[in-house]
Amino acid sequence: MRAGAVSKRQLSQRTAFTFLIVATIIAALPVLAIVIQIIVSGVDAISLEFLTEAPSQAGKAGGILPAIVGTFYLMLGTIIVALPLGVMAAIYLTEYARDNWFTRVVNLAIVNLAGVPSIVYGLFGLGIFVLMFNFGMSLLSASLTLACQALAMTVTTSREAILAVPRQYSEGSLAVGATKWQTIRHLVLPQASPGIITGAVLAMSRAAGETAPILVVGAAFLLPGLPQSPLDQFMALPYHLYTVAAHVPGMPKSTMWGVALVLLVVVLSFNVLATVIRLRARQRRYSS
Amino acid sequence: MKINSELFNNNVAIDKSVKLSTEKVNLYYGNFQALRNITLDIPQCAITAIIGPSGCGKSSFLRVFNRMNDLITGARVEGQVELDGINIYDRSIDVVELRKRVGMVFQKPNPFPMTVFENVAFGPKRHGISNTIELKELVERSLRQAALWDEVKDKLEQSGLALSGGQQQRLCIARVLAVEPEVILMDEPCSALDPVATLKIEELMRSLAESYTIIIVTHNMQQAARVSDMAAFLMMEEDRAGVLVEYGPTAAVFTNPKDKRTEDYITGRFG
Repeated sequence: MRAGAVSKRQLSQRTAFTFLIVATIIAALPVLAIVIQIIVSGVDAISLEFLTEAPSQAGKAGGILPAIVGTFYLMLGTIIVALPLGVMAAIYLTEYARDNWFTRVVNLAIVNLAGVPSIVYGLFGLGIFVLMFNFGMSLLSASLTLACQALAMTVTTSREAILAVPRQYSEGSLAVGATKWQTIRHLVLPQASPGIITGAVLAMSRAAGETAPILVVGAAFLLPGLPQSPLDQFMALPYHLYTVAAHVPGMPKSTMWGVALVLLVVVLSFNVLATVIRLRARQRRYSS
Repeated sequence: MKINSELFNNNVAIDKSVKLSTEKVNLYYGNFQALRNITLDIPQCAITAIIGPSGCGKSSFLRVFNRMNDLITGARVEGQVELDGINIYDRSIDVVELRKRVGMVFQKPNPFPMTVFENVAFGPKRHGISNTIELKELVERSLRQAALWDEVKDKLEQSGLALSGGQQQRLCIARVLAVEPEVILMDEPCSALDPVATLKIEELMRSLAESYTIIIVTHNMQQAARVSDMAAFLMMEEDRAGVLVEYGPTAAVFTNPKDKRTEDYITGRFG
């Protein structure tokens, strides 16, 4: 082997490395571009008034408080329904269910639940919650609709978190005469909770960003005030963004970007929260 | 009922009453037979060692006594297993109550990810003890019994996972003792420990044997010889089902084995 010469193997290694890093940069670029664009264009619109007042002149003036509050209510309503149901289903599926046709059908349904287009959930919610249960176009109908969609995620993440709890723990607990439920309640769930909460937070942030499903079950174009009851209509950030961007002529550009910026901050802050919860739980596990 | 040492063709008498007994026990995992036709009597307040080559069903046999095999889908036990003369596989038996009476220590120390105190108090709390003073006394007594108190009395609020391997295993023993069992099953309790920690556990076992019936599965022939009163030698047959080759007082099994296979195994000719 001559010193200094680049062998064929080294050359192909370098080529591969170059392609991989270029692909990585290309993959990351759109995200960076979107974030930078939104911050640069939207930051001018952000003011105390923008964040704390109701819109006026079809959203051209005033603020977006009802949309911010509406989105928070939606997230809250979604998680109140989707988290307990998701955790309970996950416990049943991991700890109690036998492997039979029923369990297999349920598992298949949960996997496919995640793949159903979100507008289909909207139509489902319109048919079931708005019309059949007569909840009307409301925060309640929209929360339940988004909860159905979020269930796929909460069940899956909860199930993975429960399965990740080492088997020795459950065995040790059963071996001192704890019942199965005591073992789940006092050992498995506390261990699985960081994973479960992470999944729940991500499901919430996804619900915050949904536009299509809420369009048909209760999101309002413009409201002067905040919803007073779960049966009221509501505004939400993503739908508000859609209307100001597409349906109001003469809308100041900075307002549109401002709405986008607020939505982005809400969604990203929940993602960051999820990451923090996960990291802290991991730290606790390994430092002890 | 007394264990008849005459049966074992030796001159070391074991004069204890029978705590556990199995009769013609067969264990299946689905279609696979893991144990065949095992009949033996386990004496009270003594240490019974189960020895044999890897895969012969020692651990599976141990798990017959607290019905841990129930957790495995497709596991099935035939025959009689009696604790104080009552069949533990009877329909009327509450498995949770059985596991309170028959505790288990595992191969790998498995303290729960909580404090030392909470580890020991876990069982009693699940059985309904909530009085703080009572729990404190119980935790201290159990840790003392497990010869761990002096090492952890200032660390009760630290994580059980922060202890050394040997301490963790004694913590697991204390956790079992806290529910006041009658029988303690130990599944290779020292296999993950260094010789010093192993010695401590062995001493502990000897002192516990004064008031508890102990069954230990071990790979370590010297350990079986050192600590046990009775020894059961299991081996696989051609279809990989475990059978009991020889059972008797440890001294007899080790110095004067009746069966050629036992002799070959304990002298290190195979296994």
